[in-house]
Amino acid sequence: MTVPRLSSPEELAKLSQELSSRRDPNSPCVSICAGTGCLACGATDVVSAFKDEFEKQGLKDKVGLRSTGCHGFCERGPIVVIDPEETCYLQVAPGDVPEIASAALNENKIIDRLLYVHQVTGEKTTRESDIPFYKNQRRLVFGPNRKIDPQSIEDYIAIGGYRALVKALFEMTPEQIIAEVKEAKLRGRGGAGFLTGVKWEIARNAPGDPKYVVVNCDEGDPGAYMDRSLMEGNPHSVIEGLLIGAYAIGSQHGFVYVRQEYPLAVKNLGIALRQAEERGLLGKNILGSGFDFHVKVHRGAGAFVCGEETALILSLEGRPGEPRPRPPYPAVKGLWDKPTNINNVETWANVPLIINKGAAEFASIGTDGSKGTKIFSLVGKIANTGLVEVPMGIPLRDVVYKIGGGIPGGKKFKAMQTGGPSGGCIPEKLLDLEVGFDELTKAGSMMGSGGMIVMDEDTCMVDVARYFIEFLTEESCGKCVPCREGLRQMHRILDRITKGKGREGDIETLELLSETAQEASLCALGKTAPNPFLSTLRYFRDEYEAHIKEKRCPALSCKELIAFYIDPDRCKACLICLRKCPTNAIDGAKNKIHVIDQAKCTNCGTCLEVCPTRFAAVQKLSGVPVPPPIPEDRRMILRKSKEDERRPSAD
Amino acid sequence: MDIERIDWIIDEHQCEASSLIQVLLEIQSENHWLPREALERVSERLQVPMSRIRHIATFYKAFSLVPKGRHEVHVCMGTACHVRGSDRILDTVKDLTGITPGETDMDLKFSLETVNCLGCCALGPVMVVDGKTHGRLSSADAKDVMKGYE
Repeated sequence: MTVPRLSSPEELAKLSQELSSRRDPNSPCVSICAGTGCLACGATDVVSAFKDEFEKQGLKDKVGLRSTGCHGFCERGPIVVIDPEETCYLQVAPGDVPEIASAALNENKIIDRLLYVHQVTGEKTTRESDIPFYKNQRRLVFGPNRKIDPQSIEDYIAIGGYRALVKALFEMTPEQIIAEVKEAKLRGRGGAGFLTGVKWEIARNAPGDPKYVVVNCDEGDPGAYMDRSLMEGNPHSVIEGLLIGAYAIGSQHGFVYVRQEYPLAVKNLGIALRQAEERGLLGKNILGSGFDFHVKVHRGAGAFVCGEETALILSLEGRPGEPRPRPPYPAVKGLWDKPTNINNVETWANVPLIINKGAAEFASIGTDGSKGTKIFSLVGKIANTGLVEVPMGIPLRDVVYKIGGGIPGGKKFKAMQTGGPSGGCIPEKLLDLEVGFDELTKAGSMMGSGGMIVMDEDTCMVDVARYFIEFLTEESCGKCVPCREGLRQMHRILDRITKGKGREGDIETLELLSETAQEASLCALGKTAPNPFLSTLRYFRDEYEAHIKEKRCPALSCKELIAFYIDPDRCKACLICLRKCPTNAIDGAKNKIHVIDQAKCTNCGTCLEVCPTRFAAVQKLSGVPVPPPIPEDRRMILRKSKEDERRPSAD
Repeated sequence: MDIERIDWIIDEHQCEASSLIQVLLEIQSENHWLPREALERVSERLQVPMSRIRHIATFYKAFSLVPKGRHEVHVCMGTACHVRGSDRILDTVKDLTGITPGETDMDLKFSLETVNCLGCCALGPVMVVDGKTHGRLSSADAKDVMKGYE
C-alpha cells in the first residue's frame, strides 16, 4: 500500500487534523506497554490475548487497541491502560484479559486486584496519573510514548507530530532556530552537558561541505535505558529533532548510531525512517521546502568507548573506535574531516518541544544552569524501578521516595550512583541536593546520561568501586597508558581489598593512580574513570578501612570476607536449605538442626535465599569467627505432638 | 556460510569500506560467528586489509572468531543487576556449564557471555537464554532454568 506523499505544510496539517479527529478522546482504547521491560514480562502474550478476546466478544470495532512504547513503570509490567478513564492495570497476565475485556470495557467495572496498591498505606489507585510514581513526574518528552504506537507515523502526526518541523522550515531561518535553542539553554543530555545551541552554531559556521548530523544512541552505561526507550517508543520525535537541527546547521546527511544490543530500537527506528520517507518528511524537497535530508542507520558493535564522539566518528567510518585528541572538535572537523554535529537521543527529542513551545516556556522549568526536564532510569534497590522524567532542580530525595517509593524490604538507603560508570556516589546526607548538571558535579558525581542506581545497606561501596573500575578496564580502548594500565592496576588492588588481602598504603596508591589517569588520559572515559573510586572514598572511607584493616565487609557483601552460619536457636530443621545447597555443605536431617560445613561452603548464598523468612535462621557474618557447631547431642529437636501443644505445659 | 550469501550482504551495503562493521554484524548475526573464509571474502571485496578486519573483529564485543554453542546464555552484569546479586547467578551458571564468560563448552551445548545491561533493570538479576529473558532470579532459579535446555 502506498501512502500519499505530503508536499506542503498544508497537506500535513490536513492529514494531522483528519487523523486526530479519528482519535475520539472519549471512545475506549486499550494501550499496552510493549517496551523491552514489559516484553520480557510477557507483554506479547497479553497483546495477542486482547486481539483474540476482542474478536470473540465482538469488540474489535468498538474498542481501540494499541501497543505502545515504554510507559516507564517497568517494575509492574506488563502495563495495560484503558482510556478515556485512564484505568491502569499492572502486572497483567494473558489470563486476566477476558475479564478486562468483558468487565472493564462492557460493563464499566473496575478490576480491583490489578490496580496499583501503595506499598505502605495499602491504598488502591485507579487512574494512571494518580499513581504516585507518575503523579510526581513531569513527562514532557517521555509522555507521548504512552499515546502512540511507535510503528505508526499516523499516530505521531495525529498528536501534532512534525508541526515543529513545519514551523522551523517555513517560519524560521536557521539562525533563528539556533538562537531559540540557545535561549532555551538546552544542554546535551548525553553526559557532558554542553550547550546544544552553541554546538550547532559552531557547526553551522565551520567551513566545509557536506556537513553531518548524528544521533548518538550508543547508550552503554549499565543501568541506564532511557535513550533506548525513547528510540523504541517515539522514534519520530528524535527524527523530527534531527531534521530541525540539520536544517539549522545546513546539513543534508544524518546518521543514527544505535547499539545493536537494542534490537527493538533498531527495528522501530528503521520503520519510522521508512514511513517518514514515504510521507515525504525525509528525502528530497521535504514538504516542498526545498530542503533535502537523508538518514542512514549505523549499528554499534558493542564498545562502550564509542559513546565518546571522536570514537563514534571513527566507528561510523568503519574503523576501531579509539578516541583522538580534541581540538579540533567534531563540530569543525568530524566525520571524514567535515563539520559534524553529534547529539544524544534525548537532546534531539527535546528540540521539537522547544520549537513548538518556545524557548521561554522551556527555560521556565529547571534551575539557573540546567533547564527543562531530564529522564532518569531509576534502578537498583528501589521499590518502583523504571524511567522517570522530572524537572531539573527536583531534590534527589523526592525522586527516591516520592517517585521511587523508597527502598524495598525495610532496608536503609545508603547511596545513589549517578552518571554511569564515570559518575559517582551521592550519600544519604546529600539527598536534598537538587538535580542539575553543576550541582551533581559539585558533589563529586555527574549527570551523565541519567542513570540513577540506588544502593541500600547491603551494598558494599568498595565492591561498587571495584565493579565500575572493572567495567572501565574492560572498555578502555587501550590507547592511553594511564587509562589502560592504570585502571588495570586499580582494579587489581580493589579486587584484592574486596578479597580481604588489602594492605596498608593501598588507598594512597589508588589515589596516585587516579590522579595520573585524570591528568594524562585523552578522552572522557579515562579522565573520569577514577570517579567511582574517588567518590566512594570521599564518602565511605570507613568501609575501605574496615576491609583493609579488619578484613571485614560492613555491608556483608564481599564473598571472601563473609561466612554463612545457621543459628541453632532459630533453625527448625526444615530441610529446605539442605536440599538446595549446591555443594552439599549442609549437614542435618529431619528434626536435626542443620550445620554448614565451612570447608565445603562456597558462600553462594542459596541457603539464605531459601530459608523461610519466619525462621530467618541463616545469617551472614563478617570480621568475626564463625561459632563452632553445636555438639551432636544437642542437635535433635524434640517436637511436641499436637496433643501436647494443646495441653498447658507442665513446666 | 556460503560465499553467495556473503556477497549478497556486501552488495546490500554498496560494497563500501565504511560499511565494514555493518557487513560483519550481519554475517555475525546470521552465522553466529565469523569464519576465516568469510573474513577473507570481505577483505577481498571491500579492499580492506585482513589486519584491519581482525582489529575490528577483536575490538568490538559483538563479534566472535570461534563457533558458538547451541544455546547462548547471557548473564546481565549491569549495575542494577550487580547490586541485586548477579555475581551469584554467574557463579551458578559457571559451575553448571564448566565454562567462563566468552567460552563455549566442548559439546557445543552452551556459550556463556556476560553483558552490561539489557535494560530490563526492574527484573534484575536477569539472564537471557536463546533470546528468552529470565528475570528476578535466585541461584536456585538459575539452576532450574539451565536444566531446561538440552
